[in-house]
Amino acid sequence: MSKTMLEVRELTTKYITRFHEDVYAVDHVSLKIEEGKSLGIAGESGCGKSTLALSLMGYYFPPLHYTSGDIIIDGKNISGMNPDEVRRNVLGTEIAYIPQAAMNALNPTRKIRKFIEDVVLAHDPKRDKKEIYEMSKARFAELGLPVEALDKHAVELSGGMKQRVVIAISTILKPKVLIADEPSSALDVTSQKMVIKMLRDMMEKGLIRAMIFITHELPLLYNVTDDIMVMYAGQIVERGTAQEMVFDPIHPYSHGLMDSILVPEEGTRDKKLTAIPGTPPNLKRPPQGCRFAERCKYATPACFVNAQPMVEFENGRTYRCSLSVEHLREVYKSEE
Amino acid sequence: MKNDPTTTVNMSDHRIDVKSRPLCLSGKGVTKYFGFGKKITKAVDHVDFEFHEGELVSIVGESGSGKTTPSKMLLGLISVTDGDIYFQGQKRDISTRRKKREYWHGIQAIFQDPFSSFNTFNRIDTVLLDCINMRGGKHLSKEKKFEMMTEACSFVNLKFAELTNKYPFELSGGQMQRLMIARIFLLKPKILLADEPTSMIDACSRATILDMLLQLRNETGMTIIFITHDIGLAYHISDSIYIMEHGKFVESGSADEVILHPKAAYTRRLISDVPKIHEAWDLTTV
Repeated sequence: MSKTMLEVRELTTKYITRFHEDVYAVDHVSLKIEEGKSLGIAGESGCGKSTLALSLMGYYFPPLHYTSGDIIIDGKNISGMNPDEVRRNVLGTEIAYIPQAAMNALNPTRKIRKFIEDVVLAHDPKRDKKEIYEMSKARFAELGLPVEALDKHAVELSGGMKQRVVIAISTILKPKVLIADEPSSALDVTSQKMVIKMLRDMMEKGLIRAMIFITHELPLLYNVTDDIMVMYAGQIVERGTAQEMVFDPIHPYSHGLMDSILVPEEGTRDKKLTAIPGTPPNLKRPPQGCRFAERCKYATPACFVNAQPMVEFENGRTYRCSLSVEHLREVYKSEE
Repeated sequence: MKNDPTTTVNMSDHRIDVKSRPLCLSGKGVTKYFGFGKKITKAVDHVDFEFHEGELVSIVGESGSGKTTPSKMLLGLISVTDGDIYFQGQKRDISTRRKKREYWHGIQAIFQDPFSSFNTFNRIDTVLLDCINMRGGKHLSKEKKFEMMTEACSFVNLKFAELTNKYPFELSGGQMQRLMIARIFLLKPKILLADEPTSMIDACSRATILDMLLQLRNETGMTIIFITHDIGLAYHISDSIYIMEHGKFVESGSADEVILHPKAAYTRRLISDVPKIHEAWDLTTV
């Protein structure tokens, strides 16, 4: 049994809108990642994937507020810390975050090496600048990035390069957990592959010890992460290994999501492409029962009334549905 | 809602033999250069293409390969440096404003960003009324116009009664993109140019949009030119595929031919870079 790197227990965070309404975008989320493992989070737009990523950092700024739950990174509880403390002691060293729009994350008037100096000096003000430069050179070489990029401005780099540079900067202090929030969505396939390769290398070389990868592209998750977790309307609806989730999804929502995959492979052309009708519920007034009931083909009247807890079934997989696993498998089989 | 047949795309019903149909739009040696002298950029470099009636063609390329320039030329938004474009067998003539308007009766477009495709100051019913008026329905009775608008909205699974007196920014991205298709349904052009219409919406709404485009093609027999960087999507929906690299079509042919037996090195690289499910993804070739 390897060490647990990140553990989240019943984390709940909310947004407070201008009209003082509470929106629970992350609702009692629990998860665990072991050392050397990666977890993928999938779901459609607006299901709370990015809010979960922001909440996991423990760095809350309005309108996002912490409500309850624990975030434990390598044995250290960071939930409920004040933002200044989080910024000094947690971000960069314990947990790092890669935003989606890396192109806008870099200041156009500064050189890349200056950014790295900023990050390192913020945590250790007495470090020698020359030493930092040598360290960043070594790190860039290790990750296969051109060392000349250190002396360039952000505008001189291409989109894929910028994204990789941002990843290198955010992991310069060897954080324990890396959260990548759609790091490759804005890139074309070739640059995407380079970014993924770099993340994989970092895991192998031990620069980061656990990774959370957020995206809506399922074929990508299947190739990158060990486990996949599907989110819907602020809750986790299913978790399992990548293999299980892609070839044997149980929850009706995961099943619908897997059906919308498009890959250029032989035999996939005549596959039925199915959409899930409807839109996600408004989280200001979440439905009383199962949150997916309104869009679910298999919903029973009881689904609209009773909220479902996460249930464990074979090999530690969990799902959130009132219907039994065997029943759902049979239904999917009969539909094919 | 339960088991709604309109939300599934079954490609096998849509396959038709298009090569035997007459040509709708074709080009010979079409070229577009930007700048001149030493700084010349060859955005589109002597390309030939043939789009048949009722065909669904995809133009696939990476970012920066020059996919948008041919689409702008086909729409007549920018001039052509060299070469000829033939529309329905005749050479395209858009020299005057009047002729251009005439041409636009035959070709329409859907763009990537639904949020910037509408006039913010016009209500939804105005948007649709404009389409009816453009097709010469100016003198129809109010009831008839209302009926046409309701029909167009129900085609894309929107409720017209809920939309009247709403402004475009009050709709979600998926709804706006569907409204764009409702506009096309009213205009009934010969050719529809769709420039990455699904790249800004998520995977679930994507299936709905694609299904509507296919349904539209089957009902009205229009040619759809689909511009995308998603090769998986292109393979799934199109009859033929053109692969573009640095302003040139490096490969073209039927979808099965191009994707399953690619000849050009660029196509092979493009296909190998897409993460797949049934095959291992080779990360060493970066």
